[in-house]
Amino acid sequence: MSESALIPPASAYFLEDRHDPEERHTLSILVDNEPGVLARVIGLFSGRGYNIDSLTVSETEHDRHLSRITIVTTATRPVLTQIKNHLGRLVPVHRVNDLTELSLQRNDETSLERELALVKVTGTGDIRAEALRLADAFEAKVVDATSDHFIFQLTGRTAKVERFISVMKPVGLVEVCRTGVAALARGPEAM
Amino acid sequence: MAEQMTGAEIVLRALADQGVEHLFGYPGGAVLPIYDALFQQDKVRHVLVRHEQGAGHAAEGYARSTGKPGVVLVTSGPGATNMVTPLTDALMDSVPLVCISGQVPTHLIGTDAFQEADTVGITRACTKHNFLVTDVNDLARILHEAFYVATTGRPGPVLVDVPKDVQFAIGTYVGPNQVEARRHLGYQPPRQGDPEAIRYAARMMAEAERPVFYTGGGVINAGPDASRLLRELVAATGFPVTSTLTGLGAYPASGDNWLGMLGMHGTYEANMVMHDADLIICVGARFDDRITGRTDAFSPGSRKIHIDVDPSSINKNIRVDLPIVGDAGQIMSEIQRVWREEGLRPRQELADWWTQIAKWRARKSLSYKKSDDVIMPQYAVQRLYELTRGRDSYVTTEVGQHQMWTAQYYGFDEPNRWMTSGGLGTMGYGLPSAVGVQVAHPGSLVVCVAGDASVLMNMQELSTAVQHNLPIKVFILNNQYMGMVRQWQQLLHGNRLSHSYTESLPDFVKLAEAYGAVGIRAETPGELDSAINEMIAVDRPVLFDCRVASLENCFPMIPSGKAHNEMLLADEANDEAVANAIGAAGRALV
Ligand SMILES: Cc1cc2nc3c(=O)[nH]c(=O)nc-3n(C[C@H](O)[C@H](O)[C@H](O)COP(=O)(O)OP(=O)(O)OC[C@H]3O[C@@H](n4cnc5c(N)ncnc54)[C@H](O)[C@@H]3O)c2cc1C
Ligand SMILES: Cc1ncc(C[n+]2csc(CCOP(=O)(O)OP(=O)(O)O)c2C)c(N)n1
Repeated sequence: MSESALIPPASAYFLEDRHDPEERHTLSILVDNEPGVLARVIGLFSGRGYNIDSLTVSETEHDRHLSRITIVTTATRPVLTQIKNHLGRLVPVHRVNDLTELSLQRNDETSLERELALVKVTGTGDIRAEALRLADAFEAKVVDATSDHFIFQLTGRTAKVERFISVMKPVGLVEVCRTGVAALARGPEAM
Repeated sequence: MAEQMTGAEIVLRALADQGVEHLFGYPGGAVLPIYDALFQQDKVRHVLVRHEQGAGHAAEGYARSTGKPGVVLVTSGPGATNMVTPLTDALMDSVPLVCISGQVPTHLIGTDAFQEADTVGITRACTKHNFLVTDVNDLARILHEAFYVATTGRPGPVLVDVPKDVQFAIGTYVGPNQVEARRHLGYQPPRQGDPEAIRYAARMMAEAERPVFYTGGGVINAGPDASRLLRELVAATGFPVTSTLTGLGAYPASGDNWLGMLGMHGTYEANMVMHDADLIICVGARFDDRITGRTDAFSPGSRKIHIDVDPSSINKNIRVDLPIVGDAGQIMSEIQRVWREEGLRPRQELADWWTQIAKWRARKSLSYKKSDDVIMPQYAVQRLYELTRGRDSYVTTEVGQHQMWTAQYYGFDEPNRWMTSGGLGTMGYGLPSAVGVQVAHPGSLVVCVAGDASVLMNMQELSTAVQHNLPIKVFILNNQYMGMVRQWQQLLHGNRLSHSYTESLPDFVKLAEAYGAVGIRAETPGELDSAINEMIAVDRPVLFDCRVASLENCFPMIPSGKAHNEMLLADEANDEAVANAIGAAGRALV
């Protein structure tokens, strides 16, 4: 074998490991309500390798044909800026608000964020009683029940929903559905 | 008064009202109504291509050489999917295109109908924006909006998908000026740069000891005025200027302050200036990885001003100190105004900087081994340049070594004269692009510098050139290799030349003749000049088979994992240096 054949292949790109700390931010995006707009937003995230931790979308202003998309994403600060700039480039996007950044700037403790979860648990006897007791402690509502199941409805911040789900696991949790985060900036101003 | 007409007539009317004179296209079932309307009018001239990809690149060449949007018409399904490469190419290089595609009738969408493809789905990621028209009464508004989006802000390709029933339906036409309420009120491209930032930029320039202008395709996008303003700004400050591949011609290659192109295959002086500068003024360029090399070693001691119309270009790859978002022309004109009004001057130290630059220039990084027996590819481009100099000429390229040699050795003195696929690096771009350029500039000399591999990718468009009497000159630097691939295999893969040699190339002279074009061949340096002159003199399309040294490589080169000041130069690039160019650290990058 020639000596050059022993040289392992090298890359045409400069590859570097980046170790900047990641942050979790909630973005509120006002868009024209038209076909394909959600696909554009999601395609941007998947195409450029950004994370979507949670996604909520619905028409919010019928007369102006506007929808609001709320995305929770985790990224480094420079990437977060890129995400916002790329979203701003999409033609149907009106505004992008970084609610996490906003609450940091205003020294609010947290931004106003809520999720709704429906949690189904099955079981009888002691375990069933324990499930109900825990649900009560979390202020979850019973929205459906038979003698061997409950469906609880819980509203709260993501952390609370996650805690609730984890305590329900040992007491018969079989199914969960979550809405994803809905969020608004605190205070009187609109976006 | 609102006029009623069919969707197909609306398309033609909207194109005419947008000032479109030429349309590149290929017919098919889903666009027959539009072709019928085309037949019955004479405002818009249709150029029939041989493959939809050819139409797309022709429209790109047309756009890049005129500053106007290029327009394409294709059918549904395969017609639309064949446009994916040119749309992506235009998106990467910020070229304004409007592509109208036919679609199956609305009631058949989603049924896997004949020649149905989810065109808006497929092209969402490769257009600036796209539309599916479901109501004929939206058609005119959408078409006008498509032109607006394609040409404003950071230009790019826009696709309008028009189902066949919408083309037949009768609807209301609205003109470009009647579209008072655009649908997308959120789309507001930035224009004016922040005055405070502009003033600060001018002062930073006056404080700099080792400044450089790093300009890019955005200056070309901003129009000929921006190139003029750049020249004035360079003259006023006396700063050196370099450009990316896509920005060549904004500042003249014959200008005193020109350093040559920068980046991976840029000149020694341009890259050394970037590395050692204390101020970089980036105008309409995007810190691409072919420019920066190792980002952590990129121009470590400089402050950076970045002028760009697209906020997402800023701080994408390199952190800058002063971003200014807006149009390059407007911002340069404001910087000049501040420079004048505040009586700013460059610092004395600028003279020392030029002394240093002279030393780097003396390194003569574009020199190469001359030969009396074989045509060196660099020599071929130099001769082409000398023999076409002073003419009204335009140059396109394919992708590979020949592209880099053209960028290095052909001196562009004006903007919009140079068409190349930079961001996507699309082999097959150059020949159809030349077709589009020649359509826009019928009396000019249009040369496509090609490689023997690339040119075969859209060779069929030679037939388009012959049909429409477009005397393009395809100047093939025939080295019988995919030279650029081979070069990287030599550098990066232990000289294992896996599938980069082209067996069974056609006889290009006979091929030209088969198409009804003219074939010319040159095999020795001695016959080159007269062959080139013959090519220029012929008033028909030409395939020029220029047989060049087959193993020549393209230098200077910044090898992977290296900084700007660790360039590999031609006279140092012996076999051993090439094999060891990528050091242990570079190999560890894999
Ligand atoms: C084989 C090969 C080798 C290559 N080697 C090199 C090399 O050695 N050197 C090199 O330079 N390139 C090289 N390239 C090209 C490279 O890949 C990039 O395409 C190129 O460097 C990008 O140029 P740019 O930064 O000017 O950006 P462009 O892609 O031209 O983008 C233009 C920028 O200007 C902005 N802009 C647009 N309009 C305006 C306006 N009106 N006002 C202000 N800003 C505006 C845009 O937002 C964008 O950020 C090579 C390509 C190939 C295929
Ligand atoms: C469509 C496409 N496929 C593959 C490549 C990868 N590629 C880059 S340069 C090159 C070789 C080009 O060879 P040729 O046209 O002969 O030009 P040369 O480098 O020899 O001047 C290839 C295959 C590309 N850029 N585009």
